[in-house]
Amino acid sequence: MSVDLDQFKGIFFEESFENLDAMETGLLALSEGETDLETVNTIFRGAHSIKGGGAAFGFDVVSSFTHVMEELLDKMRNGEMEADFASVNILLESVDVLRELLKAFQDGLEPDDQRALALKLKLEEIRDGASGVSEIATDSQIEVEAGDTRDEEIIGWTIHFLPYENLLQTGNDPSLMLRELACLGEMSLQVHTQRIPPLAEMDPEKCYLSWDIELKAPVERDAITEIFEWVEDDCDLDIQPVVQPVERRKMERRDEERRTGEGAGLERRKEDRRAVGKDAAPAPSATIRVSTERIDEIIDMVGELVITQSMLSQLGEDLDLAKLEKLREGLEQLERNSRELQEGVMSIRMQPISFAFNRFPRMVHDVSQKLSKQIRLETSGEDTEMDKTVMEKINDPLVHLVRNSIDHGLETPNERLEAGKEEEGIVRLNAYHQGSFVIIEVSDDGSGLDRERIFTKAVERGLVKESDELSDDQVFRLLLEAGFSTAEQVSDLSGRGVGLDVVRKNIEGLGGSIDIRSELGVGTTFAIRLPLTLAVLDGQLFKVGNDTFILPLSSIVESLQMDQKCISGVASDIELYRLRDEYIPIIDLSKTFSINENPKNMENALLVVVELGERHVGLLIDELLGQQQVVIKSLETNYQRVTGISGATILGDGTVSLILDVAGLIEMSHLDQNNGGKQQKMTNNNLVLQEQ
Amino acid sequence: MSKVLIVDDMASMRKMVSFTLESVGHEVTQASDGDEALGIANNNTFDLVVTDVNMPNMDGLTLVKKLRGLANFKFTPILLLTTEAGTEKKMAGKAAGATGWLVKPFNPDKLLATTKRVLG
Repeated sequence: MSVDLDQFKGIFFEESFENLDAMETGLLALSEGETDLETVNTIFRGAHSIKGGGAAFGFDVVSSFTHVMEELLDKMRNGEMEADFASVNILLESVDVLRELLKAFQDGLEPDDQRALALKLKLEEIRDGASGVSEIATDSQIEVEAGDTRDEEIIGWTIHFLPYENLLQTGNDPSLMLRELACLGEMSLQVHTQRIPPLAEMDPEKCYLSWDIELKAPVERDAITEIFEWVEDDCDLDIQPVVQPVERRKMERRDEERRTGEGAGLERRKEDRRAVGKDAAPAPSATIRVSTERIDEIIDMVGELVITQSMLSQLGEDLDLAKLEKLREGLEQLERNSRELQEGVMSIRMQPISFAFNRFPRMVHDVSQKLSKQIRLETSGEDTEMDKTVMEKINDPLVHLVRNSIDHGLETPNERLEAGKEEEGIVRLNAYHQGSFVIIEVSDDGSGLDRERIFTKAVERGLVKESDELSDDQVFRLLLEAGFSTAEQVSDLSGRGVGLDVVRKNIEGLGGSIDIRSELGVGTTFAIRLPLTLAVLDGQLFKVGNDTFILPLSSIVESLQMDQKCISGVASDIELYRLRDEYIPIIDLSKTFSINENPKNMENALLVVVELGERHVGLLIDELLGQQQVVIKSLETNYQRVTGISGATILGDGTVSLILDVAGLIEMSHLDQNNGGKQQKMTNNNLVLQEQ
Repeated sequence: MSKVLIVDDMASMRKMVSFTLESVGHEVTQASDGDEALGIANNNTFDLVVTDVNMPNMDGLTLVKKLRGLANFKFTPILLLTTEAGTEKKMAGKAAGATGWLVKPFNPDKLLATTKRVLG
């Protein structure tokens, strides 16, 4: 029978990536002088496991590559070799290569194995250098067909099998072996009982019997030796072929047939494999690990839900007004049950942020070498949980921020000494919960942001005017603007054309925001604020025309009835509303969504003030409805991406309602572009104020 | 139907072995290292144990030695899952009391054929 193992590929990949992470962590510890044997063992086991799985799934590049790694690590483990700087670095590189190979296989692609082959040679050099002699390949076996003569045909075998007394101690059982032999063909045997001692001396745990077996089966010798493979050293075994002469020509012809047959088969297999390589296999679906505890909790909740349901249906069978109170109670219970269940199910996707943090020790190690800076990475709050999908999306922004801290934040060791600091700079990653948000901070104890330099640069870039008066905070935020880079030189690490503005965009795209705090000479902190989950949001329902829309509650600052006195126009199509000492642009949603093109009477109309980062924008709406939790359905999967809309949801009455995306709305309203030079780029609202 | 205990630190390997054995009707219990396996073995009997060699906490060879010390496991077939074809490793396995070995790469048909040999 054949068993399809492809379904286990997904878990193999996941596990292998975890193993690679563990290996990386171990190697980094070694590079810092750690000598614990268990660390080497862990790295060894990682390579070993990937090799075993790789071979099982036919990823030969992976298994042959890990084989060499494993041998090298084995030597380190046995103390035959030292884990010196060079070899640890090669092993780190090997981890990267393996990651690439596995990623390619995971995506159903034929991996590029050039780098792996080159690195394998290097690994072999180190391995062989350690022992002084190059090893002879162990897997090439020379097989001699003893007693197998060319001109004779084997028609059967005679086998003498005398187990030693202790054969049973290893769990082997002669009767099972004999039974297996009998499966090969017609068998007759003779049992020898002379070794059996008198009853008084007999040990029931020992084997006293032996056998002479005649097997009338023209099988290969291997088929027989395989059966006795495990007991070779625990018995006397003599296997002799029974032969019968045959015509030479007949033999040759058969050999010929066999050869060509095999050749063709081989060719076919190769073709099969190529074909498979071409139409790339669908990537295995992503999996997630959930503790059984969480699942048990959810099952309990479902149990309660079922109880509530049966109680309600019982009530419904003969409902009279007297039972109304009971019905209300039941509905309350149902609400509680479903909320708990929802939270429970959501928690499945929650993972500790250590998954995202774990990649940074390696990165900091590499970057610090490249820049000749001494850096210590400190992490805290690794247990803070957040939605897996959010976490995947903040990886890149986080990498960017950490690189930015190392590259621009931290000074060189000399500069640090001059400033009276320790040579070693510190980059800190911290995470914690705040309401329904996760805060992730990336901070450094470097030179801090230089207000004057940023301001000068911003003026050069035309982002602000020399005459503008900005607070520190506003100046720091300029860093997040498109086309801004303070690095004097464009370095290899950051400042590669993608600036912090991309980080800001990505984070805002997730419904989050980013803050900068800095003190000159002391350090800088970037704080990212993200929603806990992307699957459910607390929404504010409202109406424009006859359509119901939803805004994330978290983006709403306030809602107000407009006062005509506070409305003023700037450009031809932009109107501003004066809210206390701030002017905010008004977006008329009925125009944006072409619900009603006629200009609206603004007097007493409703304005919802929303924030994006630090900017405020007013949305003109017709009617405010209630607030409720909504489940977000993706528009991309069900229809296509629409600017200004982040998703949709289905309301209690079955109608579909669109969820607005504030960043997209601003983009649609062209508030981000310079309007004929009159409207300043709205870096912040005070700038606009000064334009008045 | 037989009761089989499978010990491996790789969940994917455990799953593959379990799936294969369960597909022919065996009842499989999984453990992720020698320690866990020994804990399970103390309170249960099995018709077959299949264990990996390299594992954290307690490796396969130590596990085999300890299992052989338990009355329940004196004659229980114990197979080692190894990636090595070398005789040295096999001898070490035998010395520890293992019944035999299964050389990786893991192949479901081979696993079934081999388990048949020890389970009858």
